[in-house]
Amino acid sequence: MATVFKRPESLTDAKFHYCPGCTHGIIHRLVAECLDEMNIREKAVGICPVGCSVLAYEYFNCDMLEAAHGRAPAIATAIKRLKPDCFLFTYQGDGDLASIGMGEIVHASARGEKISVFFINNTLYGMTGGQMAPTTLLGQVATTCPYGRKVENEGYPVKMAELLAGNEGSAYISRVAVNSPANVVKAKKAIKKAFETQAKGLGFSMVEILSTCPTNWGLNPVDAMKWMEDNMIPYYPLGEFKVKEGK
Amino acid sequence: MAKGRVSFFYDSCKACGLCVHFCPKDILDFDEDTINPMGFHPVVIVKPEECTGCAICALMCPDLVIEVEKG
Amino acid sequence: MNKVLMKGNEALAEGAILAGCRGFFGYPITPSSEIAEYMARKLPKIGGIFVQAESELAAINMVYGGASTGTRVMTASSGPGLSLKQEGISFISEAELPCLIVNISRGGPGLGGIQPSQGDYFQATRGGGHGDYHTMVLAPASTQEMMDFAILGYELADRYRIPVVIMAEGTLGNLMEPVIVRDEVTNFVEKPWAISGCQGRKPNIVNTLHLTAEELEGRNRHLFSKYEDIQMNEKRAETFMVEDADIVVVAFGLLARVIKRSVIDARKHGVKAGLIRPMTLWPFPDEHIKAVTDTCKVILSMEISMGQMIQDIRLAAEGRVPVEFYGRIGFLPNPEELTREILAVAERKGL
Ligand SMILES: Cc1ncc(C[n+]2csc(CCOP(=O)(O)OP(=O)(O)O)c2C)c(N)n1
Ligand code: SF4
Ligand code: SF4
Ligand code: SF4
Ligand SMILES: [Mg+2]
Repeated sequence: MATVFKRPESLTDAKFHYCPGCTHGIIHRLVAECLDEMNIREKAVGICPVGCSVLAYEYFNCDMLEAAHGRAPAIATAIKRLKPDCFLFTYQGDGDLASIGMGEIVHASARGEKISVFFINNTLYGMTGGQMAPTTLLGQVATTCPYGRKVENEGYPVKMAELLAGNEGSAYISRVAVNSPANVVKAKKAIKKAFETQAKGLGFSMVEILSTCPTNWGLNPVDAMKWMEDNMIPYYPLGEFKVKEGK
Repeated sequence: MAKGRVSFFYDSCKACGLCVHFCPKDILDFDEDTINPMGFHPVVIVKPEECTGCAICALMCPDLVIEVEKG
Repeated sequence: MNKVLMKGNEALAEGAILAGCRGFFGYPITPSSEIAEYMARKLPKIGGIFVQAESELAAINMVYGGASTGTRVMTASSGPGLSLKQEGISFISEAELPCLIVNISRGGPGLGGIQPSQGDYFQATRGGGHGDYHTMVLAPASTQEMMDFAILGYELADRYRIPVVIMAEGTLGNLMEPVIVRDEVTNFVEKPWAISGCQGRKPNIVNTLHLTAEELEGRNRHLFSKYEDIQMNEKRAETFMVEDADIVVVAFGLLARVIKRSVIDARKHGVKAGLIRPMTLWPFPDEHIKAVTDTCKVILSMEISMGQMIQDIRLAAEGRVPVEFYGRIGFLPNPEELTREILAVAERKGL
């Protein structure tokens, strides 16, 4: 028999600290598989956020930095400019990227920085205990919108993929989900496409990945997948929002 | 003879149930008789002979517990 | 010797380039913008990188990223810009990334004004951001020192893996003086910790998170043993006519240069004055202060602030002589005013 599925080399042996069924783990693996398959692990530089994935530097088997909350795209910008042969990726949550780091991400995209951003949208602040994020859905309960998010008080959830697709510097922008085997396969394709966009020097790439937070959603991991499908995907439609073709 | 073979790194299993839920053959379950070092009942294969080696379980496992062979 | 007429800001920028700086990341703010403009013209021509960041927050994090590659990088700012950079400086300090941070100071608090100031002394010498840390702080007093301290700053930054701050009043940035242009630096230390892709080695990690108490305490102890070395080896000050002085003025930056004339003038009026000019604000040259407490009768701290360095002087003097203060805000006082003040203090003290 031939091995058809094993741990990618681009992950270390460390066990993930994530809650049972948290899809941060699936997404880590997909990124690592793409590094393996493109044979770029030794040129990769990853930047982890502040959020549940703050310890990602212990999991990716490549050069890694840990950023201040929201600042990963600025750090990636400088490294890519100074080391253009490296493959830069940031791994950021929705609080990190769409709230405190909104300035950094929008401008990295506007400048067309040749970096790949993996944006983990789980509709709230996981690490700090389930507070509202810019991506929290209308009506969704979080610890800082305990009566459900209301337009009058909290405004509308931010659609990052659509927003960044509007920037000329963005070369590849898509939104995927990891709620089913078919979607996980698509998510991996998108991640690879982001790295390929960087390899071709086309500009900025971002994949928004809808992810679960069973713990703060108060659901078991299987029901969390269903909740994502029923609630997140209708508001955050999947697909490619910007694809610049290479020469 | 089974078309596929799955093996588990039991110590890493968090009993999240995603593999159990997504296995198209419905042949995975928790081993209620075992408790791993993290305090979970790890997943086992109940009917190994029915495994097709499709690797969907491994695809959906967030904790890289499962390796799959096929042939 | 190659002497060229240069502005302070240009001399500093040119010094940085001579020292091998190949990355500048900044956001415009008066009176520091000239440094960015100089770098924007020069760096692309010599294979360097210039990025105008969207904010000082982004700029300092670009410095974090740039320095992590082992490249000599820098940023320059003033007042409110430096405040925004403090989060990043705390991270850079803990990650032990060498870099140059220039503060062409302006007055505060708030938006304050664009006039010269030394009011960022506390911010610069106490770390400035969150947590237990120090940056090294150099205070040039001439256009020549603007160039020389940029070169020295990188050398110290690399040797100790520490961010080095150069703090100069806005007036010094604009001061046009002849400068001896130094040779290009060719000796660089190895940086095996740098991020560049892990080809042929284990992955490198740049990180500031330490979740266990033991690890965090260990990191803080490590930083502070390094700071002890720096305090042992790197205190720098210029002394002027202090040997027989009854009144020793302590001042830094361009202000100290102006005071030199006042010291001479005071002596003409029969008051034996002297001057200590700290060139490193952190580590503070306390031994230079201590040394005069046996011989002088009073120390006078002169600052372009409401009195910040005076606290370090008092700590160094250990109560052995009284420490007086004279400060102005928003401008560099002229030598006549400063002489008058030295004479007034001398009279009050019966000298
Ligand atoms: C400057 C700053 N502000 C606030 C925090 C506290 N904090 C840590 S993680 C986090 C939110 C993380 O949420 P998200 O980015 O969505 O990641 P997740 O945990 O959901 O994956 C916050 C607010 C911080 N570390 N730094
Ligand atoms: S809190 Fe939520 S996002 Fe964080 S590890 Fe747990 S499930 Fe995942
Ligand atoms: S490989 Fe396929 S059939 Fe076999 S256990 Fe996994 S999901 Fe089920
Ligand atoms: S998906 Fe992985 S962690 Fe979850 S129950 Fe199955 S084997 Fe265990
Ligand atoms: Mg989140």
